[in-house]
Amino acid sequence: MNAILLLSALSILTLFAGAFNMKKLALPLIFIGLIGAFVLNLGEWNVSDNYFYNKMLLFDHYAVAFSGLLTILTLFIFFLCHQYYKTENASIADIYGLLIFVLIGGIIMASYSNLTMLFIGIEILSISLYILAGSRRLSLRSNEASIKYFLMGSFATGFLLFGIALVYGETHSFHLDVIRQYVELQRGNLSLKFTTGIIMMLIGLSFKVSVFPFHFWAPDVYEGSPTLVTIFMATVVKTAGFAALYRLFVICFDNTPLPDAWLNIVWGMAALTMTVGNFSALYQKGAKRMLAFSSVSNAGYLMIGVLAMNHYFSANAIFYYTAVYSLATIAAFGVLMLVEKERGSNEFSAFRGLSTHNPFLAGVLVISMLSLAGIPPLAGFFSKYYIFYAAIQRGYIWIVVIAIINSLIGIYYYFRLMISAFAKEPDMEKIPEEFSYKAALLLICLLIIALGVYPAVMSGLI
Amino acid sequence: MIIFLLAFPVISILFVLFGGRIAKCIAFGSSVAELIVSFVMFSHYQYNSNVQFLFDQPWIPQLGIRFTVGMDGISMLMVLLTNILIPLIILSSFKKEYSRPGLFYGLILLMQTALLGVFTALDAFAYYIFWEMALVPIYFIILMWGGDNRVKVTFKFFIYTMAGSLLMLIAIIFLFFQTTEHSFSHQAFANASSSLSPTVQGWLFWAFFIAFAIKMPVFPFHTWQPDTYTQAPPQGTMLLSGIMLKMGTYSLLRWILPIVPLGVAEWGNVAIILSLISVVYGSLIAIGQKDLKRMFAWSSIAHVGLISAGIFSLTLQGLQGSMIQMLSHGINIVGLFLVAQIIYDRTKTHTMSELGGIISKSPLFAGLFLIILLGSVALPLTDGFIGEFLLLSGIYQYNVWMAAVAGLTIILGAVYMLRAYQRTILGEMNGHTEEFAPLHWNETLVLVCIAGMVIFIGVYPQPILDLTGPAIKNIVDTINNQIYTLR
Repeated sequence: MNAILLLSALSILTLFAGAFNMKKLALPLIFIGLIGAFVLNLGEWNVSDNYFYNKMLLFDHYAVAFSGLLTILTLFIFFLCHQYYKTENASIADIYGLLIFVLIGGIIMASYSNLTMLFIGIEILSISLYILAGSRRLSLRSNEASIKYFLMGSFATGFLLFGIALVYGETHSFHLDVIRQYVELQRGNLSLKFTTGIIMMLIGLSFKVSVFPFHFWAPDVYEGSPTLVTIFMATVVKTAGFAALYRLFVICFDNTPLPDAWLNIVWGMAALTMTVGNFSALYQKGAKRMLAFSSVSNAGYLMIGVLAMNHYFSANAIFYYTAVYSLATIAAFGVLMLVEKERGSNEFSAFRGLSTHNPFLAGVLVISMLSLAGIPPLAGFFSKYYIFYAAIQRGYIWIVVIAIINSLIGIYYYFRLMISAFAKEPDMEKIPEEFSYKAALLLICLLIIALGVYPAVMSGLI
Repeated sequence: MIIFLLAFPVISILFVLFGGRIAKCIAFGSSVAELIVSFVMFSHYQYNSNVQFLFDQPWIPQLGIRFTVGMDGISMLMVLLTNILIPLIILSSFKKEYSRPGLFYGLILLMQTALLGVFTALDAFAYYIFWEMALVPIYFIILMWGGDNRVKVTFKFFIYTMAGSLLMLIAIIFLFFQTTEHSFSHQAFANASSSLSPTVQGWLFWAFFIAFAIKMPVFPFHTWQPDTYTQAPPQGTMLLSGIMLKMGTYSLLRWILPIVPLGVAEWGNVAIILSLISVVYGSLIAIGQKDLKRMFAWSSIAHVGLISAGIFSLTLQGLQGSMIQMLSHGINIVGLFLVAQIIYDRTKTHTMSELGGIISKSPLFAGLFLIILLGSVALPLTDGFIGEFLLLSGIYQYNVWMAAVAGLTIILGAVYMLRAYQRTILGEMNGHTEEFAPLHWNETLVLVCIAGMVIFIGVYPQPILDLTGPAIKNIVDTINNQIYTLR
């Protein structure tokens, strides 16, 4: 909770720093603030019944773990900011401020215990993102992305609100624990109205995490937005979205099995998201679009974790998966961002010669791609394995078989990007790398390796 | 001590990476130190079927995964093979200048750790991790230092082996959920599978066998192999054929025979037939090859087919022979590929018809090549003879006709190997071979070591039989008991 307060103050300060022409102050301030927020957040670990504001927010292990993860991811992304915005005259302080607002929205989404807070969290996150997606004002693609994201996003919010309203109509409360009591009282005979309500909420949240068939906005928006914002969408937003989605259902259906209709829908979504995401990624020429589809297919694996939900059983799997996926994605986008900036293109061919001119970036790309492809002993393998394990334990065998076939397909396109970095191309020039940029990427790579060699540090938190 | 054995190459990678121009010396030093460590362990080894040097720690407790490594005789032999070959492979590259040597030798050492892990892991999950970990360095070695066609070829290689591994992963996860205590340990798997029906074991058998068959490779999963061997840099080919291939054959012994005995009883004959097809098919294609390196690659398919057939004969001789043949094939094939490298470095060609008359330029080279070659065609008093003789007698006990087919390998092997020798070493000199420079010191040293081992094992194979005997006997007895109780 204290982290939210600190971050709110921080974002407003950042905005002021921009207004008073003290842009240089903004970044150091943000680093200190984010680290402070992380520490404050850790302080709430193991506090029992940690409710705030009339049970609006609950900082249990789940919330604290996800908040910490979101803060760390944001911190890593801010390390990449400086070089990205160095040559731009844009009002960076505003952008930084909005990025922190996204983080605040994400933390609320991970810690809500009342449906209104869920809605507020999503809106804080989304509205900031609508602006950020269009923050390259003179670029047509950026504007298109912004409008598209806004229209689709508000559509999704409509679904969510409608679902919340239906659930409220049936249970007379927004509080998750009241809803849970209602569900327990019904003993499996849930009314049609309530079932429709939760399915509509599922759809609304699916939009945010780009799950099939609600993923169509993702590639265009990811491609059109400034790459730094795309990283945010693919990592922080996706993590927050899954945290919210999982939390909603794990609390409400703690002691009762979920309705069959809901389970079947999630099963189908998971299978189709993986497959559609993977097959679309196969045919991409641009690395950015390929990574966008990769993020769609990863949402499919995460949906398996949602499917295997039982008393927070798969929460650890989802937590670990989002962490590992986000780290690898930040690293991959980090490389892509520099290549795109220096070579003016994000097609696979722009990566040629990277291994000779920028061996460090090529190495980062290799580690992130291997991890995303799920090659042991990197963390990506364990994260997938963890999800599969959870699913098999709940008896979902076939979805795991589909997922394993899909991860084989995944290897194909991840490797294609990686191999293009090893093509010989003497004409290309060396891409300059700043120290902070390199340090962040190096740290991420080390984390990916360390989490793979010894996953136990993170896999049993929640 | 076993942890030191596994970790030492990884630690030395750090030095090798930043070693710059002396990277190869550091890597060589480290691999020699590793060899000494494994000899020390060998000297402490007790000749019985127990697992020794056991190390067992929880790794990911939430998922029931432990880190268990240990060695019985079979593992010990494979560890020795790995640690003998790696220094030789590194030494053989001393006169070559690879770009970015730090990375190159670092990857070789990473590979060494992964291979040692595969040969010692007794927890299926750790085993799987090492199994996959071995794939990554070799992939990059070929991708970064390979021939012109490397990108396509390595891709096929990677996807192929990965597909096999994922099948194995499914089988491993399935077995995990069958164990009563939810454990990945080798023992638990063996216990769990005894309650599984022959049909289920049959499925598991195929899931494991295909993964291993791709690695070895056995017909019809061999299509990646000749191209990959040809495109890889010489050291990569040596790693692939000398050691990595043994991952497949070793795993047959470790993870198929004790774990799914009834599956073996059900499908072993099909596996033998596939292996024998590899023997004949590989030999025939090898006869038709014009390219020296490609011919060695196909000969490797033939030899490994015989090893796999011997393993599935489920006889003491067959398994003993497979152990000796794994060792000697590893030694011989590294020697042969080194020969190919030496010839290529001097003449820039692998095509046999463009070579000839090397003997008058470098009689030492011709002599050493001859010894290795005779080992490969299984002449008595060379290592190949002992292995193939035991393998054939094992297969003979299983089925006379199959032994007759398998015996073709010796005849066909003599045909292609001797013809290759005659075309490259003997005959007239020509433009390519006129300037054939004498051997460098490092090449001589490696070839002499290999030729020495070829003869030593051929004359005195008893230590190897003593080393692996108890463990082999244990495996054979267990599996035959299980099959006997079923019938």
